[in-house]
Amino acid sequence: MKELTYKEMGLLDEEYQKIIEIMGREPNYLELGMFSVMWSEHCGYKNSRPLLKNFPTEGSQVIQGPGENAGVVDIGDGQALVFKIESHNHPSAIEPYQGAATGVGGIVRDIFTMGARPIALLNSLRFAELDDARVRELFSGVVAGIAGYGNCLGIPAVGGEVYFNPAYKGNPLVNAMCVGLVNTDEIALAVANEIDSPIMIVGAKTGRDGIHGATFASEELSESSQSKRPSVQVGDPFMEKLLIEACLQLIKEDLVAGMQDLGAAGLTSSIAETASKKGLGVEVDVLQVPRREQGMTPYEVMLSESQERMLIVPRTGKEERIKEIFDKWGLDAVVIGRVSGDGMFKVYEGEELVGAVPVMELTEGCPVYVRQGQKAEYYQRCRAFDINSLPEEKPEPALRKLLASPNIASKRWVFSQYDYQVMTNTAIVPGDGDAAVLRIKDTSKGVAMTTDCNSRFVYLDPYLGGVLTVCEAARNLACVGARPLALTNCLNFGSPEKPDIYWQMEQAIKGMADAARELDTPVVSGNVSLYNETVEGAIYPTPVVGMAGLLKDIDYRCDMAFKDEGDLIVLLGELRDQLGGSEYLYVCHGIQSGAVPPVDIKNEKSLVEMLLSLNADGLCKSCHDISDGGLAVCLAESAIKGGRGFTVDFDFENKRTDGVLFSEAPERAVISINADKLKKVQELANSKGLQTQVLGQVGGKDLLFKNCGQEIIRMSLADAGQIWEEAIESLMK
Amino acid sequence: MFKAIIYVTLKEGVLDPQGEAVKKSLHVLNYEGVDEVRIGKFIEVWLKSQDEETARRELEDMSDKLLANPVIEDYRVELMEVV
Amino acid sequence: MKFGIIVFPGSNCDADCLHVMKNVMKQESEYIWHQESDLSAYDAIILPGGFSYGDYLRTGAIARFSPIMSAVVDYARQGGLVIGICNGFQILLEVGLLPGAMLRNRSLKFICDTVNLKVRQANTPFSNKLEEGQIIQVPIAHGEGNYYCDEKTLQELNDNKQIIFTYCGPEGEESLEYNPNGSLANIAGICNEKGNVLGMMPHPERCSEAVLGGTDGYKIFASMLNYLEEVGR
Repeated sequence: MKELTYKEMGLLDEEYQKIIEIMGREPNYLELGMFSVMWSEHCGYKNSRPLLKNFPTEGSQVIQGPGENAGVVDIGDGQALVFKIESHNHPSAIEPYQGAATGVGGIVRDIFTMGARPIALLNSLRFAELDDARVRELFSGVVAGIAGYGNCLGIPAVGGEVYFNPAYKGNPLVNAMCVGLVNTDEIALAVANEIDSPIMIVGAKTGRDGIHGATFASEELSESSQSKRPSVQVGDPFMEKLLIEACLQLIKEDLVAGMQDLGAAGLTSSIAETASKKGLGVEVDVLQVPRREQGMTPYEVMLSESQERMLIVPRTGKEERIKEIFDKWGLDAVVIGRVSGDGMFKVYEGEELVGAVPVMELTEGCPVYVRQGQKAEYYQRCRAFDINSLPEEKPEPALRKLLASPNIASKRWVFSQYDYQVMTNTAIVPGDGDAAVLRIKDTSKGVAMTTDCNSRFVYLDPYLGGVLTVCEAARNLACVGARPLALTNCLNFGSPEKPDIYWQMEQAIKGMADAARELDTPVVSGNVSLYNETVEGAIYPTPVVGMAGLLKDIDYRCDMAFKDEGDLIVLLGELRDQLGGSEYLYVCHGIQSGAVPPVDIKNEKSLVEMLLSLNADGLCKSCHDISDGGLAVCLAESAIKGGRGFTVDFDFENKRTDGVLFSEAPERAVISINADKLKKVQELANSKGLQTQVLGQVGGKDLLFKNCGQEIIRMSLADAGQIWEEAIESLMK
Repeated sequence: MFKAIIYVTLKEGVLDPQGEAVKKSLHVLNYEGVDEVRIGKFIEVWLKSQDEETARRELEDMSDKLLANPVIEDYRVELMEVV
Repeated sequence: MKFGIIVFPGSNCDADCLHVMKNVMKQESEYIWHQESDLSAYDAIILPGGFSYGDYLRTGAIARFSPIMSAVVDYARQGGLVIGICNGFQILLEVGLLPGAMLRNRSLKFICDTVNLKVRQANTPFSNKLEEGQIIQVPIAHGEGNYYCDEKTLQELNDNKQIIFTYCGPEGEESLEYNPNGSLANIAGICNEKGNVLGMMPHPERCSEAVLGGTDGYKIFASMLNYLEEVGR
């Protein structure tokens, strides 16, 4: 293998100088490699750390905030949810199937490393548009990869989102989230705390795959990325399944002091992170590491990103029992080193010392860059865009176009490839509600989860977009009846070295932080993916939120389907007609611009509380928030899912019809209720200071929209259903 | 030491959905002369055995038992001696 | 009654089956590790779904060589009740307790959905709580459920009334449109000649509780219990 220079490893001149200062000498090749992966953005968060400080991370529900493999949130009865979302964007751009598959593998390891049984997967995917054959190939490869890996593990993929936008051309986003369930007294942390403890490695053998993957993930994609192909690893879900079962057994029997998965930067990172928590050191012998290939150098062994490997620090005297358990599952656990007291990370090849680096410098010494953001030049221009200069598209063709847009149409083509029912907990399956709902066996509880981000909003107005992303996630959970508890995020941006991109990060994070604070949904874990750029420019800023919530009683969950003829359809919130950044503007006018609809977080919080009260009292028969495609699409989806039509009459004046139908303005949801519950609903709304409006009734075989008695859209339910159900499928044929 | 190559293919008459899909996309790529595509497995096995005959017998045995499913698959063994 | 649920490395519906048998059907139930070889303590055996040995090579191909499988074959030959669900069905085919083999789904994609099944035989240990011709709804989740056998075998399956469940439409229509994976004769589940071994691709354990959206699967397990109580093992 050709030796790389420090620049080729992704280090800056000043960073190299800092390494020389730390070492008191020139680092050798292995040491340099170790620094370069640990100081990459992916591991070291050197550009994002100062911004991440703005996030609220505390709350009475939080058991473990950021800093561990995943966040932990209390759900009562001595149980907790463990969750995190993570990106695998760059590997998926190069090899979609394996990139996505190993992304799932990595996030699942983060969860069971904490001692939790993984119970759900979600994802958040972004591609360019499906008229491009390469995009279809990426899309189907990514979906198949997620399916191939997750299905084999037997962890249901219960939710997620998929968007298509030219902004992701050449740089798709693949973010995977995993949720685990743990007893609070069995939470495991990645800490080595006893000097002389052995360090064991278990799982797959180490090969040359994925060396410098962490560095690779921290660079812009270019033509030469293709030639870095070996950086993509191949996943083995069967091995991972064995690891899950064996490792959870270790924790049940309380055999380990510390457990850590080998992810980005492989052995280097997992060992450094395990040792640095208590300021200890470590000695490893690379010759002890089981290998898949011959002639590997210490550098290659320490930096390999071979998948499905775990690092174990046993409790004193428990080594033999640990080996027994791994043996049952056909796994080899091998001692590769021991914990030391001198704070040094020493790498041996047999007897020979081949590298020695202070552990803390690898994990904490990483330089941090506070950059100066600069408002993007497009911001004012887009805000000032005059929507009133646009003609109104006729309502019915517009609704047809929206229902057929892959951003709005049914995602059945995607989720039917995922096993979303395994583990027999899924109480609201993908596509049926605003969030996935799982029951927790042996309790009356349920948990709900969702991933959200409207990246067009975030692009047009990073602050507001950040607020809206968190609000939408909370609203989605409330719609199914779950109280939002906490969130994880995956911050996908372009290059932070560009002032306008840094400004996007700054503003979006501020917006998310403000909303998370107000909604009491602290950030408990997360991941940052920067440099999502191609020669054509940066992606839309895409700070994806994964949020989890709790239903006290699973029987009071609510999906989006209209249920019975004659039920009243009630709008919670107001008729609004702001069209900035809407799918309507894009689909019908080819424009991605305009002022993002403003949001009052306090009002959004009242809506969340209102929805929770309604659901807790069993008043809603269906509940669906207004988001992509606006009120018209919201109503159409509830009708299609329920197999029932409706008649609504909006009764507005002085508003644009297309605005009322298709505005994606927040703080709103549509419910259907039994007619005799109306008074109760109105009283509740009054007490929360929220407006309500009865829009109409469920019934018939048509979607019938009126304003002041005048028909504006009449579409047959069958027609609407067919357009919505088949749009993606027909593009993928 | 012997090296064997075992080709496992679907029996004639058994529908091969993968082959059909590949055939279709070859047609889309304008390889219109493509009449049929059948997809199978290619397995390499290195084994120690006293002689070629024994090796072949063992390989056929393992193919019957595990490597191929006789209900739907045929197989063919190629054998060579290697150092 | 005592149910044994066999666990292979890579099984992933083992816990689901145990949950249903124990907490829903209220029967004594336990896992049986694939390296064990004694089934004498059990009144019925469940081979659960999953990806035994990663389903590498072929679905079920490696699992059939686990030590427990020769015990399962003996158990079945002596008339013991064995139900193989999804991967369990695939293993039963590989080990030869049921005829035929599985091919990849016609769509070449993994499919997760809830489908309609027509009950073709109601006088079996697995379907006596159902009516002949009844339409039930059961989830599926598989990449290789495209059942195949030669014509002679299909004839025998028909003649011996071994086809228990077929895929169909909401009104019982049988056509390619309602066949999710392309299986021969719309087959979703078959039994052996004696009727004591059933293999089915759909997952009854996923629809045995109302909270999961359906309870038709419950009736399949209830049928087994009913049979065991009436006939004994």
